[in-house]
Amino acid sequence: MLKLLERTHVRPESLAVLLALVVVMAILSPVTSSGIRVFLTANNFFNIILASATFGILAIGATYVISAAGIDLSLGSVLGLASVAGAALVVTLEWPWYFAIIGALGAGAAAGAVNGLIITRGHVPAFIVTLGMLGIARGLALIISNGRGIYGLPDEILFLGQARPWGVPTPVFILIGVALVAHYILAHTPFGHHTLALGDNENSARATGINVRRQRMVLYTISGLMAGIAGLVFTARVNTGDPTAGLNYELLAITAAIIGGTNLFGGRGSILGTMIGALIMGVLQNGLNLMAVQAYYQQMAIGAVLIAAVWLDQIRTRGRSLQ
Amino acid sequence: MSIIELSGVEKSFGAVQVLHGVDLTVEAGEVVGLVGDNGAGKSTLMKSITGVYTTDKGRVMFDGQDVTQLEPGARRKMGIEMIYQDLALAPQQDVANNIFLGREPVKRLFGLLPAFVDKPRIDDQAQGMLDRLGVHVPSIHIPVGMLSGGQQQTIAIARALTFQPKLVIMDEPTAALAVREVESVLQLIAQMKSDGIATILISHRLNDVFAACGRIVVLRRGNVIADLRRDETDMAEVVSYIVGAH
Ligand SMILES: Nc1ncnc2c1ncn2[C@@H]1O[C@H](COP(=O)(O)OP(=O)(O)O)[C@@H](O)[C@H]1O
Ligand SMILES: [Mg+2]
Repeated sequence: MLKLLERTHVRPESLAVLLALVVVMAILSPVTSSGIRVFLTANNFFNIILASATFGILAIGATYVISAAGIDLSLGSVLGLASVAGAALVVTLEWPWYFAIIGALGAGAAAGAVNGLIITRGHVPAFIVTLGMLGIARGLALIISNGRGIYGLPDEILFLGQARPWGVPTPVFILIGVALVAHYILAHTPFGHHTLALGDNENSARATGINVRRQRMVLYTISGLMAGIAGLVFTARVNTGDPTAGLNYELLAITAAIIGGTNLFGGRGSILGTMIGALIMGVLQNGLNLMAVQAYYQQMAIGAVLIAAVWLDQIRTRGRSLQ
Repeated sequence: MSIIELSGVEKSFGAVQVLHGVDLTVEAGEVVGLVGDNGAGKSTLMKSITGVYTTDKGRVMFDGQDVTQLEPGARRKMGIEMIYQDLALAPQQDVANNIFLGREPVKRLFGLLPAFVDKPRIDDQAQGMLDRLGVHVPSIHIPVGMLSGGQQQTIAIARALTFQPKLVIMDEPTAALAVREVESVLQLIAQMKSDGIATILISHRLNDVFAACGRIVVLRRGNVIADLRRDETDMAEVVSYIVGAH
């Protein structure tokens, strides 16, 4: 087990945190009429995974750019843009159902490509470009939708969010599928090796002949594409192209990636770790909901977890370099 | 035929011109020492050979081909390797992955899946290379950043020698090394020479330069001011060129 964790670069600590959190939430959550803890019901389990699926997919995008020593703050807004873009094509313009997929994924990838282009060609820091895109994408989503949700998607799309083949919600399959592909690419392909090396030491990557500019460009496009997929899943789940979808989700996504063991300064990242990170965030949110903690406090808790995760990582790495 | 031929190479960083039209030729299998004061432009000149810096003017010919416009990756494929002064290793990646960085051998499952890195092969060949170099590391699976300076140096050397290079540039390879390790680097250069590999050695330690190199080129403020045969010069003369007393 430990060997497997090591091979997949998952930190044992994050798994321990997840288990501890599950135990705490189980104990603190209210009891149902049938006498078991609400937190432990099968329904609640799916609730957690359903909620985690959306920002879990975003967190995969965050893992890619952060392991290459970049950052994408526009993830949540691009999710909203993708949601509206897909719904507008199919509902407002009445194009065939699959344009909801093409529109959402296309809008996400396009926004990511624009990020990548300005970062690599314009030499503007990723922090600034994606912060700008956070505003632009959200604004664009509100303009396209006139600030209102675009309701009523075709059944084919709803299937992606609301169906339960073999009793399991479709978004769970989508999350697992995307995560497996993303894990394979990051951990086992030259592209993945180059991503980590680039985040570790850009000079090293350049000196060994890696095309650093193209690598970055592709990474930001992937990140945007993940926001597109997450936007599609969100749209399908709530049956609405929602311009406010994904608000503050970049906070969740980046936090999930960091607690999952991705190095904020680049050079280390694991998709499986990120999935555990996403589950931690999901359990935290869900547990606080069950305990009827107000959303305002939840927001604070998530922010605090992000800072604490980076802080602990700093202590760890400093401890190691002192040895 | 010359393996490398630089003519009229100029390079500026902003308003500061670092290289003022450098000409330099190295024959196949030749070992050339490149010396000069700090800031003379030695590293900059070598990075113009590997392509990490693009030159403003001048031409870089390698193995009979004009490579002036080529990317570092393309030049590396042709057989130009450099061991950088700062080593250019990726500290969090493991030893084997560092040695194969940028050149990972790949495999495909059923010819369908996208190519994946053949990690067992990387590990195997990396271990073989380290054994040949007589380097001992605790494990090829530990991150390079956890190794000592001397060990990291040898990882960088291993990376440069793994793919049958034609020219190896070493920028201060002995600066971080203990006496015994310096000896083995010098031995390695002699070995490479007999294999027909050309070497450019940058070093402040003139003892090492005189021991390893048949020719010594002095760079001063971005100009080649002396090109001396080892047999026809001595340290005093080289030093006088370096400090500009000539
Ligand atoms: N990337 C860079 N940007 C700006 N100036 C540089 C850069 N690299 C080198 N220089 C300048 O070029 C000059 C020569 O540096 P370098 O080639 O490293 O000299 P050497 O290796 O001979 O000590 C120095 O003045 C240095 O400050
Ligand atoms: Mg130098």
